[in-house]
Amino acid sequence: MSTAMQPLTSRSKVVSDKKMTLLERIYLPAIIGGLFITIKHFFRIKRPTIQYPEVQRPRSAIWRGQHVLKRDDQGRERCTACGLCAVACPAEAITMVSAERKKGEEHLYREEKYASVYEINMLRCIFCGDCEEACPKEAIFLTDRIVQSDYLRTPFVFGKDELVEPMDKNQRIDVSKRQTPAVIKFKENRQYAHNR
Amino acid sequence: MLATAIFLLVLFVITLTVAAYETYGERKVAAFLQDRIGPNRAGPFGIFQPLADGTKMFMKEDFVPATANKKLFFLGPAIAMTTALLTGVVIPWGGTVTLFGTTLNLQGADPEIGILYVFAMVSIGVYGIMLGGWASNNKFALLGAIRAASQMVSYELAMGLCIVALVMTTGTLSMSGIVDYQIAHGWNILAQPLGFLIFIVCAFAETNRAPFDMPECETELVGGYHTEFSSMKLGFYLFAEYVNMFISSAVMATLYFGGYHIPGIAGLGWDPTLVAFLGVAAMFAKTFFFVFFFMWVRWSIPRFRFDQLMNLGWKGLIPLAILNILLTGGWIAFKTGM
Repeated sequence: MSTAMQPLTSRSKVVSDKKMTLLERIYLPAIIGGLFITIKHFFRIKRPTIQYPEVQRPRSAIWRGQHVLKRDDQGRERCTACGLCAVACPAEAITMVSAERKKGEEHLYREEKYASVYEINMLRCIFCGDCEEACPKEAIFLTDRIVQSDYLRTPFVFGKDELVEPMDKNQRIDVSKRQTPAVIKFKENRQYAHNR
Repeated sequence: MLATAIFLLVLFVITLTVAAYETYGERKVAAFLQDRIGPNRAGPFGIFQPLADGTKMFMKEDFVPATANKKLFFLGPAIAMTTALLTGVVIPWGGTVTLFGTTLNLQGADPEIGILYVFAMVSIGVYGIMLGGWASNNKFALLGAIRAASQMVSYELAMGLCIVALVMTTGTLSMSGIVDYQIAHGWNILAQPLGFLIFIVCAFAETNRAPFDMPECETELVGGYHTEFSSMKLGFYLFAEYVNMFISSAVMATLYFGGYHIPGIAGLGWDPTLVAFLGVAAMFAKTFFFVFFFMWVRWSIPRFRFDQLMNLGWKGLIPLAILNILLTGGWIAFKTGM
């Protein structure tokens, strides 16, 4: 290399290697300056902390949290245990056992087949919402509820008792926010395999 | 005799309580300096946090490594804690009070060599750390212990030289004598500002506090000398640090800020018992200010590198301390007219 090297970027700076002055070398002015900066924060009244369980940060309307298994207008479970959600699940968090509806259970289950066991492992779940998208019966939805923490692992396998919404119409879980017009339109499109 | 025993017991309890609440204070101060809130769940404003922390420490598994030297492993934290607690005895927490017909000196013991006693205890405290690090049979623990020992020995020199200058002005080694001198002649901080500056820097190093917390530098040494310690043995080491902080704050208040002296209170002609108790309050106020200063510095200044620490100690503070002695000597010679 005979010629002077070209700088690779126009933003390069010349490194200064100058000796520190005496004032800089005794540290003290810099240390006192630093102490003043921190003490200013000490007396700052406004702090950005959010006291979590009591105060919660606003969540998006379409937040993907704990799942709900929906009932229809007459209080019948919509799920028919087709297993599409379990297939769609990338984390393999969903398992179910299907059963046949008996005579006299018509007010409980919407169709002739239903899920007698439906479990989601909330530790495996990645809350992607693929189950919701795969469901042809509009039975499963993600909601804006947060899965509670626990000391053990087993309570995180949620069964039907935690997933199915209550029969009482006033206690139903509202999922209308996740069913935006675009989503409903998408679900009506019969050309997609899972909607057929 | 009985009065002194009761006083020592009270002092013991107060020291431990203060140390426990220093842990709470440290977390609160750290939080406030960093725009956070700090512990606030255990009781109002989190004031029961030390109890929760203590319970946690007791509940943890008390693990002793298979290759550790069992006896020394127990002795380490014990020495650290004992020496930390012993130092408070010679500090004059107040003047004399007359209560229920007995006159009580608010100082556990007043030996002629009070200040040397403090130094002796601090020096033995190094053994606690050394033994703990050595007995762990762990390279990080040993490196931490070596650092602690070299750092404390180095900074003790500069600290001792500050005391030489101080003793030259006050003319006594007794702690109460030094306070009496300050009541008569004004606080030592006015006569020894440079000495105080060196002393406080050394105090940070002696208590292994940031920016000189090299022995337990997590980024390099895992946990330093207490890497292998768990449960209440670890608790003792951490607790000893807080006791040391409290005691060294008290020593600084006594040596340089007049101890229990409140300027101008003697002229008011108040009841001597009231004055004595106000003095105790003043002593604690000064001490707590320094405790706060310890925390304030810890959360403001990054840790020194080890060679920088040694450079500062040997090439910076010791020559300065010697200069301070020379200046003090010159000043005394000038004052007494040669």
